[in-house]
Amino acid sequence: MERFNSLRAVALPIAQPNFDTDQILPARFLQKPRAQNFGEFLFRDLRQRRDGTENPDFVLNKPAYRAARIVLAEANFGCGSSREHAVWALYDYGIRAVIAPSMGDIFVSNAAKNGLLTIALPETVVAGMMEAVLAEPGLQMEVDLEAQSVTVKGARYGFEIDPYRKRCLLSGLDELGYTLTQLDKIEAFERDYR
Amino acid sequence: MNSAEQAPRTLFEKIWRRHAIQVREDGQTLLYVDSHFLQDGSAPAFELLRQRGLEPRVPHRSFATPDHYIPTNGRDLASIADPEKRAMAEALRRDSAAAGIAFFGLDDPRQGIVHVVAPEQGLSQPGMLIVCGDSHTSTHGALGALAFGIGTTEVAHVLATQTLWQRKPRTMRVLLEGQLPAGVSAKDIILAIIAKIGAAGATGHVIEYAGPALAALSMEARLTICNMSIEAGGRAGMMAPDATTFAYLQGRPFAPRGEQWNQAVERWRRLTSDPDATFDKEVALNVSDMAPMVTWGNSPEDAVAVTARVPDPAIAPSAERRDAMLRALRYMGLEPGMALTELKIDRAFIGSCTNGRLEDLESAAAVARGRRVAQGVEAWVVPGSTPVKREAEARGLDRVFKEAGFQWREAGCSMCLGTNGDLVAPGQRCASSTNRNFVGRQGPGSRTHLMSPAMVAAAAVSGRLADVRQLLEGR
Repeated sequence: MERFNSLRAVALPIAQPNFDTDQILPARFLQKPRAQNFGEFLFRDLRQRRDGTENPDFVLNKPAYRAARIVLAEANFGCGSSREHAVWALYDYGIRAVIAPSMGDIFVSNAAKNGLLTIALPETVVAGMMEAVLAEPGLQMEVDLEAQSVTVKGARYGFEIDPYRKRCLLSGLDELGYTLTQLDKIEAFERDYR
Repeated sequence: MNSAEQAPRTLFEKIWRRHAIQVREDGQTLLYVDSHFLQDGSAPAFELLRQRGLEPRVPHRSFATPDHYIPTNGRDLASIADPEKRAMAEALRRDSAAAGIAFFGLDDPRQGIVHVVAPEQGLSQPGMLIVCGDSHTSTHGALGALAFGIGTTEVAHVLATQTLWQRKPRTMRVLLEGQLPAGVSAKDIILAIIAKIGAAGATGHVIEYAGPALAALSMEARLTICNMSIEAGGRAGMMAPDATTFAYLQGRPFAPRGEQWNQAVERWRRLTSDPDATFDKEVALNVSDMAPMVTWGNSPEDAVAVTARVPDPAIAPSAERRDAMLRALRYMGLEPGMALTELKIDRAFIGSCTNGRLEDLESAAAVARGRRVAQGVEAWVVPGSTPVKREAEARGLDRVFKEAGFQWREAGCSMCLGTNGDLVAPGQRCASSTNRNFVGRQGPGSRTHLMSPAMVAAAAVSGRLADVRQLLEGR
């Protein structure tokens, strides 16, 4: 897993609640192997019209947002299906952080395993950020994981993160590798377990 | 014994504690997984294992059946035109065989949607910790298990270690009171709950359903409710096992037998929330005055009584909500104030892990019997499993559906999400017994209205959304 430390990048506003993983990565691409660049399929049915041409109205197709590496979303982003491909699509496109008032539990868990930082901030704070980003397309935001802060137009907001998740992201550590060092404890548990 | 051990516990806490191996410094718990279910989306997880030179560690705790990519118009994998989709279904067979994992393939009479198959085979049992790489794993909680969906990396973690790291979720109790009126079903209850608490209402929480209205429900109805817990954001949904649960499980292929059965029931009887146990959130719903529900928008929370009208964004409580409603109305091709029963449909779909069980098909057949699918409507019945299909046929339900003009197909996920190519065409309106009405869920441009299987049958024969209670009068 790639390390994450800090990031200064354009924020992509997804100004709607309940933005589900079917929107992030439609089901018809789920059979593609991981070696595939899923970034091509990110938000596919919003980015492209049914005839395959680009939809100029979708926010990611606007020149100011194309280089986005941060997603700024409304409540319950990533709800729905457990498909990890939704995280792969965001990651492969270049997105490294998602900021929203709340997110789907499975999405958050999947993100943590793929180097995608998820930041939950109060609804009013996100609403303020959304307003700023919509008013000034291409506005950059700064995410500092070590300091646990997000900065927009000089205003700095702290965020909470699970310490282990933080350490994994900072060091690129992978969880399975760690669990495999705990096999003796698992075996001991199994001996007493019916 | 310290005071923490004497404190009253919820059902969830009892199961959690029994599976906790160790707690990490950050508070996450390593949990032991009793049963791991696999479907044909698992190829990337097996690939992750191979990349690391690992093998499934406890293969006898995994069970696999293909459901997402398989055809429902026949049982021949070779008929899957898309080589990548065919490869997904074939990979599950190959990976299961290589690891010694029990596999219920297309030629196996036990095959079906994993969340229908596992309870049916007695694989999902009270007190178990169950995971599967699919969000609707919450289904199995209906048997008194802690069951939740996980992603690909976690599936690989479970295969490699039989464990999973989790932060302990909060708890929510949903108390179901009253008595369910005729023509109203478990699907209507869960849609009403989601409408009440919202699509993120239970995020970060495990829901325990309880109350007299729940006690009166059949096992199959309970599975429907737990299934859609995820649509309220719930990490899991669960119900304390009772006589209904035990009667359902007894004699199923993987259920304990003989003296072991008696011991198991003895143990399972203790799987209830202690009387003084507290929950982080409490919600109550009286089902006595409920009507059949349908969704009008693109989130399961957009559910209203079928007698209602399409809501007006002008009365939305916030600007964000108004925008979301306007967007949904545009996508769904609706105008505020339209009666829902005016909406003409093109497709009708009865099936899925939510409503593809025998009781679901019976409730739909009771409406379809002696009637005809309306002209211009293409109506499908896709049983949730091959055993459901066989039993339905033994009871003559297939004839009822076929005589009414429904297609009677083979078991699989099918048009719930269309990964196998069973799709709703762009712009088509579909009455569906499934779980998600998301934009494009049943195919790009598809317009899904969620409802109970009996309501889908009512819509199919009426050619438009309809109140099933009127069609059941005198029956």
